[in-house]
Amino acid sequence: MAPHARDAARTSPVDSLVTRHRLRPLELLPWVLVIPPYWLFDTYLPLGSEILIMVLFALSLDLILGYAGIVTLGHAAFFGLGAYTAGILAANGWGEPISGLAAAAAVAGATGYVTGRIILRAHGLTLLMMTLVIVLALNEAANRMGWLTGGADGLSGIEMWPLLGLFRFDLYGRTGYVYAAAVLFVAWIFVRRIVHSPFGRSLTGIRENVTRMHAIGVPVRTRQVTIYAIAAVLAGIAGGLLAQTTQSVALTVMTFERSGAILIMLVLGGVGRLYGAFVGVPAYMIAQDNLARLDPVYWYFWVGLMLVVVVLFARGGILGIVDRARDLVVRRRP
Amino acid sequence: MDQALAIAVSILFLGTAYAMILYIISVGLSVTMGLMGFQNLAHGVFAMAGGYVCTRTMAEFGVPFLPSLVLAFVVVAAISVAFERLLYARLYGAGELEQVLFTIGLAFMAIAAAKFMFGPISQRVDLPDYLKGQIEFMGRGFPTYRVFLIVVGVAIIAALWLAIERTTFGAQVRAAVDNRRMAESLGINTGRLFTLTFALGSGLAGLGGALGADILPVDPGYPLRHLVYFLIVVAVGGLGSLRGPFVAALLLGIGDSACTILVPQIGAFFVYAVTLGLLLWRPQGLFGRM
Repeated sequence: MAPHARDAARTSPVDSLVTRHRLRPLELLPWVLVIPPYWLFDTYLPLGSEILIMVLFALSLDLILGYAGIVTLGHAAFFGLGAYTAGILAANGWGEPISGLAAAAAVAGATGYVTGRIILRAHGLTLLMMTLVIVLALNEAANRMGWLTGGADGLSGIEMWPLLGLFRFDLYGRTGYVYAAAVLFVAWIFVRRIVHSPFGRSLTGIRENVTRMHAIGVPVRTRQVTIYAIAAVLAGIAGGLLAQTTQSVALTVMTFERSGAILIMLVLGGVGRLYGAFVGVPAYMIAQDNLARLDPVYWYFWVGLMLVVVVLFARGGILGIVDRARDLVVRRRP
Repeated sequence: MDQALAIAVSILFLGTAYAMILYIISVGLSVTMGLMGFQNLAHGVFAMAGGYVCTRTMAEFGVPFLPSLVLAFVVVAAISVAFERLLYARLYGAGELEQVLFTIGLAFMAIAAAKFMFGPISQRVDLPDYLKGQIEFMGRGFPTYRVFLIVVGVAIIAALWLAIERTTFGAQVRAAVDNRRMAESLGINTGRLFTLTFALGSGLAGLGGALGADILPVDPGYPLRHLVYFLIVVAVGGLGSLRGPFVAALLLGIGDSACTILVPQIGAFFVYAVTLGLLLWRPQGLFGRM
C-alpha cells in the first residue's frame, strides 16, 4: 500500500477533527524566520515591525473573512480606532505600552461589537456599503476633530515609556520589533485555538451553508457578532502597536485604502487558512518596498493584475498554489 | 430672508445638477447589479473612460463638445462589451469576495493605465461658448453649463423610462430582474440581455463621466475617488430599479451641496451618517425590488 493511501485510511473524519489542532512542525516556521532579521537586517527593523503588525491585522481579517465569510471593506476602522486610542493616551501623558494596547483593544472591540450587532443583519451590497461607510465616517470624524487627533497633520507628541519598565523604544526599532513579534505570537496562539475550536468550526459551517446551521440550532447571528468583535479587538491591538512603535498616527490608519490593501495582502497569501496572513503580508510589503519606490504607478498596475490573476486562476493565493504543487508531486510518486 | 432664499435656491440648483451626473453614471450599475447580482466596484472606470474619450477627442482632433459626448457613450459601450464577454462573464457564479477583488483589481489597472497614457494631472474641458456664462431666470443668474446638465439629465431619464417601461427589451429586463429563472424558461436569452444592459449602463456611465468632466475632474484617481458616491446611489436607491437611484442621487447631490455650503466643518461625515441610517432603515434600499 502506498504511504499516502495508508494515511488516508487512517484519517477518518473523526480522527481529523481530533488531531487537526495538533501542532505540525511547519507551523513553527514563521517563528524561526522572525528571529534572524533582528541581527541580519537591523536597518530594516522598522519595516519588519510594520510587517509583523500588518500580519496581525491580516490575521484578524482572516477570522471574519476567511472563516466566517463576512466580506468587509471597513476593517481598517478598528485598526484606526486602536491606533488613535493608543496614540492619544500616549500623547496625553500615559505612555505605558501594554495598558495602552489593552485600551486600544477595548475601544476597537466595543465598537466592533456594537457595529456588528447593527450591521450584520444585512447581506451583500448593503453589508459591504455599511462597512465602507463606517470607516469613511470615522475617518472624516478623525479628520474634523483636530483638537483630539491632530487631524490631517497627524497625531504627534507620542512619548512611550519603556516596555515593562525595562526596555526603551530605541531609534533603530529593536524594542519595537521584539514587542510586535511577541504580541503577534500571543495573538497567533489565541487565533489558532479559536479556529480549531467547535466555535471556529461553527463559523466555517455558517460560511459554507447558513441555512443548515440555522436548522441544526446554531445561533448564527450571535456567532457572527462574536467573531466580528474578536477580530475588531485584534485589529485594534495591531493599530495600537503601529501607533506605539512608530510613535505617530496619521489619518491613513483608518481609510478605505488600508481596508483594501489588507484584503489584498490576505488574498495574496490565501484566505481562510490561518497562514495566508503570514505569507501574503511579507510578500506584498517587501515587493511594495522595492517596486513602489521605483514607480508607484506601475505598482498599482501590478497589484491590480495580481488580483485579477488570483481570482481567475489561483483562488487560494500563494498557499493554494503550494498546496496544488504538493498534490501534484505526491500523486506522481509511484 | 432674501439671502436665505438665494442660498436655498443655489443649493437646490447645484445639488440637482450634481445629482443628474451621479444618476446617469450610477443607473447602469443599479440595473446590472440587480440583474446579475454582480458586485462591480470597477464601474467608475467606465465613467473615467468616457471623460477621457470626450476631453481627448476634443483636444486632439478638435471634435466639438456634443459629438464628443456621443463618442464617449459609443466607445465606452463598445469597450464594456469586450470586458463583459471576456472577463465579467467568468465570475457570474462566483462568490462576493471574488467579484469584489476582481473588480478592484480592474480599477487599479485602469488607474495605472490612465496615468501612463494621459499623465497624472486632470483633463481640462473646453466648454463651447454656448455653455459658458449664465442664464437669467426670475431675476437670478444660473450657470448655463449646469442648466444644460439638468436638461440632458431629464431627457435621459425620460428616454430610459420609455425604454424600460414601453419596449419589449425593457419588459425583458424587468422580467429578468424580477425572476431570472422564470424569464429564462420563457425563452428570454438573459445572457445576451445582460450584455446589452451592461453595454447600455456602461455607455451611460461614460456619457455621465464626459458630461460631468467639469464638475468631477477627470484624472487617474477618478474610479476610486467617486466610487463611494456611485455605490451609495445604488445601495440607497435599491438594486434593479430606475426610480430608486434617482431619488437617492437627488438626496445625495442636494445633501452633499447643502453640507458643503452650510456646514463645511462637518463635511462628508453627515452624508455617510445619513447613508448608514437609510441603509439600516431600508436594507434593500428605498425602492429595492428584493
